[in-house]
Amino acid sequence: MPVEYSGIVAEHMAVRERAGLFDVSHMGQIEIAGKDALAAVQHISSNDASKLAVGQAQYSGLLTPEGTFVDDILVYRQGPSHFLIVVNAGDIPGDFAWISEHIKPAGDASAVDASSRYALISIQGPEAQRVLQSLTAVDLAAIKYYWFVHGEVAGVRSTISRTGYTGEDGFEVFVPPQAADALWQAMLDAGRSASVLPCGLGARDTLRLEAAMRLYGQDMDRTVSVLEADLGWIVGWKKDDFIGAAALRQQKASGVSRKIVGFEMLERGIARHGYDVYVGDRKAGVVTSGTQTPLLKKSIGMGYLPIEHTAPGTEFDVDIRGRRTRARVVPMPFYKRQK
Amino acid sequence: MASYPAGYKYTKDHEWIELSGDRGKVGITDYAQAQLGDVVYVELPEVGATLKQGQSFGTIESVKAVSELYSPVTGEVVEVNGALKDKPESINATPHESWMVVIRLTQPSEASALLDATQYQALIK
Repeated sequence: MPVEYSGIVAEHMAVRERAGLFDVSHMGQIEIAGKDALAAVQHISSNDASKLAVGQAQYSGLLTPEGTFVDDILVYRQGPSHFLIVVNAGDIPGDFAWISEHIKPAGDASAVDASSRYALISIQGPEAQRVLQSLTAVDLAAIKYYWFVHGEVAGVRSTISRTGYTGEDGFEVFVPPQAADALWQAMLDAGRSASVLPCGLGARDTLRLEAAMRLYGQDMDRTVSVLEADLGWIVGWKKDDFIGAAALRQQKASGVSRKIVGFEMLERGIARHGYDVYVGDRKAGVVTSGTQTPLLKKSIGMGYLPIEHTAPGTEFDVDIRGRRTRARVVPMPFYKRQK
Repeated sequence: MASYPAGYKYTKDHEWIELSGDRGKVGITDYAQAQLGDVVYVELPEVGATLKQGQSFGTIESVKAVSELYSPVTGEVVEVNGALKDKPESINATPHESWMVVIRLTQPSEASALLDATQYQALIK
């Protein structure tokens, strides 16, 4: 996946106004199957997988015992005892090893790294359904958000999932790698009349940031807990023990000392990943993501601040290459589509 | 793709300078803007700033990245293109017309050692 095809702004706006096409085949797929697969998934995944019907997916975390992130994941329930876990590309072997090791106590369940069996093509934007519908007999309108079905797209056996990483409506289509080129081309051709653009990593980043979706490796990692990342909603608080549960329950009771916030720059400049945050003269935190948003035409970002400085409206400074630049905490997401 | 004016001189850092007497208008090349992608901010020096050849005179920031701007020559900044603050995207649209500063050269001999359009185009091939 290149950084850009025709330009980040053009690609970003295509997704917000029409649709964009992403080759996200770099993502990893780990399958867990066996009589005790549900118990296995419940143990390694923070969210409550027992709430998933077959054909449904959920966002979740793969956590350390401290309640911090090994990775963020999507859990698909393929069958009563068959799950597909989609993981980030950064460390697929590490995730696979972690999962394999930690599902052992669950009993009859085994994990397979199936990443080489899947290519993944995503179409996102208000025109996504119409464009994709021209290539499939599956009734796409009947697929609800975070549900998936199996069916043919452009003659290719696929799994079609109504998910994405842009804040728009859209679909992610899992296909065998050998069919990926043909499907990509078919989707590009089908989208031509709607001026659908192929999109790169640059637009993927600006789009997900406007939608306030966290990026693993930047906005969260093994040093950041689920609650600090303000993702308490991906924790199955009522389910039985899972990795990280004890730490998170304790943290929930005592409260976190820092938390992720969304912010807008009040002065010119882009606060980028790794820039220091100051409250007064004190270094108080760090920027984890930042960009100039093509749609809102503002400089926005996310970062971690001490909890007492996280209320919307609170102002602070970002050190942009030696210059203290004013910023203000704002509610997230920065962008929410009209339904 | 924009063409590279034959009357300009170019640097290996992808700036151009259009000389006229002891003054030169400075901008970045079409190649540079294409590498940067959508430009969102330009930070330029104040009038009166003195620069050495190769010294940073500002920064240019795109959605993708931030880069330094390097002076092609030694001299003093005598004019700054304030219009770029509000329309930084014009650098993408018309890179060879979107001048950033005018520099009064104090060592004019430096200019003759800069690349001409043919040499520059060979460099970016």
